[in-house]
Amino acid sequence: MTKLQSKELKSTRLGFGEALVELGKENPNIVVLGGDVTGSVRTDLFKKAFPERFFSVGVAEQDMMGTAAGFCLAGKIPFASAYGEFATGRPFDQIRQSIAYSEMPVKICASHCGITVGPDGATHQSLEDLATMRVLPHMYVMTTCDYYQTFRAVKECVNIPSPFYIRFFRDNTPVFTDDSIPFQIGKAQTLIEGSDVTIIAAGLQVWEAILAEEILSAEKISVRVINMHTIKPLDKEAIIKAAKETGAIVTAEDHQIHCGLGSAVAEVLAMNHPTPQEFVAVNDTFGESGIGEQLMKKYGIDKDAIVSAVKRVLKRKK
Amino acid sequence: MHNFSVEELKEMARQIRRDIMKMLMISKSGHSGGPLGLADIFSSLYFKILKGNPKNPQWSERDFFFLSAGHLAPVWYSTLARAGFFPISELDTLRKINGRLQGHPAPPKTHGLPGIEIASGALGQGMSIAVGCALGLRLDKKPNHVFVLCGDGELDEGQTWEGMMTAAHHNVDNLTAIVDRNFCQIDERTETVMKLEPLSDKWRAFGWNVIECDGNNIEEFLFAVDTAKKVKGKPTVLIAKTFMGRGVSFMEDDYKWHGVPPNDEQGKKALSELAPTKYGDFITFEWEKE
Ligand SMILES: Cc1ncc(C[n+]2csc(CCOP(=O)(O)OP(=O)(O)O)c2C)c(N)n1
Repeated sequence: MTKLQSKELKSTRLGFGEALVELGKENPNIVVLGGDVTGSVRTDLFKKAFPERFFSVGVAEQDMMGTAAGFCLAGKIPFASAYGEFATGRPFDQIRQSIAYSEMPVKICASHCGITVGPDGATHQSLEDLATMRVLPHMYVMTTCDYYQTFRAVKECVNIPSPFYIRFFRDNTPVFTDDSIPFQIGKAQTLIEGSDVTIIAAGLQVWEAILAEEILSAEKISVRVINMHTIKPLDKEAIIKAAKETGAIVTAEDHQIHCGLGSAVAEVLAMNHPTPQEFVAVNDTFGESGIGEQLMKKYGIDKDAIVSAVKRVLKRKK
Repeated sequence: MHNFSVEELKEMARQIRRDIMKMLMISKSGHSGGPLGLADIFSSLYFKILKGNPKNPQWSERDFFFLSAGHLAPVWYSTLARAGFFPISELDTLRKINGRLQGHPAPPKTHGLPGIEIASGALGQGMSIAVGCALGLRLDKKPNHVFVLCGDGELDEGQTWEGMMTAAHHNVDNLTAIVDRNFCQIDERTETVMKLEPLSDKWRAFGWNVIECDGNNIEEFLFAVDTAKKVKGKPTVLIAKTFMGRGVSFMEDDYKWHGVPPNDEQGKKALSELAPTKYGDFITFEWEKE
């Protein structure tokens, strides 16, 4: 395996915005709904390229989700996007009834997710969206790890005839994936092979896991790193295989400890191959204002937290 | 809680504008435009209109004020500090980790500030809260008045209109809503993002008494509030016309200043347009000492 390197810093949300423009060129049925945050979530690019297929609904996320469902009935492929909390928490019932239950293949795209959105503070830090979206029947749930993977996932998602949720982030972060890494929605990526322990990470924690592996390998601990970009449907095989082969699991995510990636993995382990697991996640608390990096440290979801979790889980390994 | 003269209110408004610029120059993150536009209204509320006790923010006789559009926090924080709810020296902690001046107002039970009743930041929830509070006070036959301030872009959120219906349905008259009608939101001007006009007619159709006023004119705003509080049997809304970025020439009436702070150079220019006041800044930057 070639060593993963950060080629440049670019935001995941830009990957989304650019993929939308590509999709717009390829498919006249793509429509995009804007909720007065188009510059932030980067739907401004689509709006500029295809103004006739961009629809402003104002600051009205509940209305946005219902409108998107209606577009599906008219044969369109609607992308509804907002900040994470307002794309999922605010319009939850609209998503549940008009999109998930009714199986409308709306693409819900959430930017500014996680605690790393930083200075805006707790009201804007979406730490529950993986939970609320994952719990809905029919819903696909993704969280991509860098600019390029977000681009690929968004390009790919129109082929999925289901309700679809993807979360991404505001900040410019390392771009380390490319075409040499096979990518398929629903299929985990093993980024680094290892035999002592497996870190299953998602979103920005994938890069933190790569950094943690570097520290741990210097201490002669062989770490497998898996990028679980699709939380639902979950790649159970990859999880069970990792549990059998490494015997210890650490999950890492920028999300509440309850009901996110860690819980999803734990469910698979409990039912198939019970294995010691440690959770790197925000520990049942709301966030606060601060710089993303400071918050990752304070709330225990950075590379150092992953390193400690690995050491804890190794002590529990039989 | 204070009884300033109109002249003093104007000077305080200018000080609040200076505070906002300095806070944002330090935090390097946050909203400039809306807060600047609201300095006159906040000065009027906290230094003339509202009944309250900065030393006892939970005083049971207080008027309630809800900032529904939480992103406008900088103008509120400066005003609360100036009114005596907490030290002005704390204004340099805006949006900083381990601080109380959260990017959007946090509930007082966690790291919130004295003077804040409830969290806001997700738009469109303040009206319902204000209506509930007003109904509860009325049930106890209490004289406290309730104010809620909403952005105009914020009115896009349907919940506000649900709350408006509830208020009118229950003939709530201990409630005054203020709409910051600056015609700006994030993406573009309000009428481009989502048409609100004829806004006053909409509120009237929802059963409200409507007063249009100039929210950057303190005398006019004070008169409007006086009039509003005399109306019985229905809620009143003040559609307060303001200018985003008021007081800083290059920010005025420009939606691009909705959510960004000034850089150092812009901040210096802004401060040069806002003459120092007798109330004094909360911080003197190094370059100001030269
Ligand atoms: C529920 C929700 N959706 C979206 C946002 C993001 N947002 C913050 S301020 C704003 C625009 C508000 O416009 P307005 O009320 O006119 O405020 P102004 O631009 O005058 O400051 C938006 C969309 C939010 N805070 N909450």
